[in-house]
Formats: sequence, structure tokens, C-alpha cells
Amino acid sequence: MASRRPEHSAPPEIFYNDSEAIKYTTNSRMIAIQAQMSGRAIELLALPDDSPRLILDLGCGSGLSGQVLEEMGHTWVGLDISRAMLNVCRSRGSESGDILLSDLGEGVPFRAGAFDGAISISCIQWLCNADKSTHSPVQRLYRFFSSLYSCLCRNSRAVFQFYPENGSQIELITAQAMRAGFTGGLVVDFPNSTKAKKMFLVLFAGGTAQQLPKGLTESNDNTVPYSSKREITGRGQPSRAPKKSRQWILDKKERRRRQGKHVRADTKYTARKRSARF
Amino acid sequence: MKLLMHNMLSSMGLQNVTVGFPLKIVANEVKDISVEFDKKFMKRIISKVDWNALRDTAAQFGVKLPTELPNGNISDELLKQIHGALMEIEIIEGKLVCPETGHEFPINNGIPNMLI
Repeated sequence: MASRRPEHSAPPEIFYNDSEAIKYTTNSRMIAIQAQMSGRAIELLALPDDSPRLILDLGCGSGLSGQVLEEMGHTWVGLDISRAMLNVCRSRGSESGDILLSDLGEGVPFRAGAFDGAISISCIQWLCNADKSTHSPVQRLYRFFSSLYSCLCRNSRAVFQFYPENGSQIELITAQAMRAGFTGGLVVDFPNSTKAKKMFLVLFAGGTAQQLPKGLTESNDNTVPYSSKREITGRGQPSRAPKKSRQWILDKKERRRRQGKHVRADTKYTARKRSARF
Repeated sequence: MKLLMHNMLSSMGLQNVTVGFPLKIVANEVKDISVEFDKKFMKRIISKVDWNALRDTAAQFGVKLPTELPNGNISDELLKQIHGALMEIEIIEGKLVCPETGHEFPINNGIPNMLI
């Protein structure tokens, strides 16, 4: 790759030219990662059952994620801005997929309620950059999310695996999604591993309120759970009662008696609640 | 481009477009392909498609569909016909025309170009 972040080299339709498109699609590591992330994204879609559905693939590229959708029996429509990538997608052939050349920042050109769900793999971070002087990332993101919201069925989800450069990019994207009417949030898989960490923006398109799914974590075998030393040794706990409570006052009086000081006897009036003017 | 995608496409990304559906297809090269018939999917998709748009567009390519979608159970034969219309007609070269503005979106190598 030219650099760690391809969106710093060139706009996507230029970066993903014919040679890059072929390199990308024949790279076995890329294929494996994309397939894994696509599978996880489809899982996060939480489709109610196994029946085949019409799914939107945003930033479908050369069809690596579309292939996973097909293997699960779904029919899909893919959008991408790079003609080179789409041509590679066509040459790979697809039974149930159909593709479209478009710019997501201009909106998603479908009529209301067309799709049962949407996935996007490694794509939306590209929308955060202004590749032309006429671009405003905020406007483009809003246009994208609001048009996406309307073309999804009620109760369906849109799942975006993406690589945010920093926290403000996450905020930028999430804010525009919420503004467009989506609810939901970020799900992070393997947050403690630099290599395995993957971020998924899971958005709900209206309907009944849903709970955000949990991110995957490593098993706890090779980590020691943190426990406070105090809990183990129990040291440094002279008076267990919270300060100023009746029990605390009685304990304090007992302590002072042990010290040999003069202390009044305990009566029913000890630690009585006094009125405010005291 | 298959007719299923066409049935969902709208030109509402353009300025001054209110509905932008359905787009008119001008086809220069069409291919007939064979796609496995999935009955479950067809039953599901029936409720999504705009029937009038599908009927009129399919007629353009020689597939005659009934004027109205029948209520209740749909026969397997009709489902197969609908499947043929939606999934087995592939438009390779041509263009899509916006019904309100007349703007043309070219189709090359089976891929419509919806860039504005």
C-alpha cells in the first residue's frame, strides 16, 4: 500500500485504479480480512431469520463483501465510486448481485423502504475527507445518511465497518447519522488489541428501540482480573460505618472510652437527629 | 443492470426532482442470463417491488406480466415469470433517463453511472 491511510494519497476513484483494483482483489490477506469483517457485519445486522433478503452494500468495491452476502443466500445491490473496482466485480461474476457507479456523498439513489438492511466494509472513512474544493464532509455525510435512512425498511439496520483516523472522525460520522434520524452507536471488537481491533457503527432505522450489540473480546484466560488490594487484606478499615451515622458515633465514643477519656453515657438521645439550627 | 435494481432506483439525487421514479430504460445491448429461482426470496420481494413500474418495464423486454398483482396466493408459474423479469434480464449497454428532468445516466459494461 502507498501509505498507512490510503485516503491521504488520493480520492478513492483515483486511488482504486485498474492496477490497484486487481492487486486488492487478488491479495489473499485482503480477501480473508474482508470476508471476516463482512461476516461479522452481517451478524450485527441481526436479521430476524435465515430467509433471503435484499441488502445494500455501500462501497462494495470489487465484490468481496457481496460474495459473502451471496453465500448466505441474500440478494444485494452494491454501490462504489471506483469504476475500476466495479469492473473487477463484474468480471468476477455475480448471480444475485447488481452494482452501481455512484458517489455516496451525493446520496443513495433509491426509493423509500427498498432495502432490508445495509452493510459497508472499510468505506465510510473516505467520506470524511474533502477531495474537491466543493466538498463539505459534513454536508456529504448528512446527505448520505438521510438518503440511506429513507431507503431502508423500518426496524432494519445499517452496519458500517470502518477505520476512523481519530476520535473526531468518529464524532463527525456519528453526529451526522443521528441528525439523519438513526439511533445506535459504535461496537468495538477486541478493543485491547491493535491488530485485531475492529470498529463497527451499528445504526437502527427507526422502529422499536433496540439494544446495541456487545463487541467481541478475547477470552479471559491470559489476563488476571484486577482486584483491589484492600479487598484482599482488608487493612485500613478502622470504622466500617459511614461517617456521622449513629453507628459511627457509637464506635467513636467507644474508641474514646478505650483511650481513657471522659465520655458521656449512651442513651436513647445519642446520635439523635438535631434540627438545622444546631 | 437487472430489473430488480431498476425497480428500486430513483433520480432524486438530482436537483429539482420530487419523485424521480421510474427511470426510463433505453437499452442498446441486453443479455439473457440464468439465475437460480429462489421461491422464498420472490415471495418476499413481491411486496417490495413497484408493480406498475415492473409490469411496464418488463413489457419493454418481452415479458408480459398481469395488469394487477393477484391477491392471496401467487402461483409458482407467475413467481417464475416475475423471477425471470427481475433477475434474468441483464442490460449491458444503454442509458437511464430521469422522468422529470430528462437527465441521462449511461450504462456501460452493465454498470449504470449515477454520478451527478
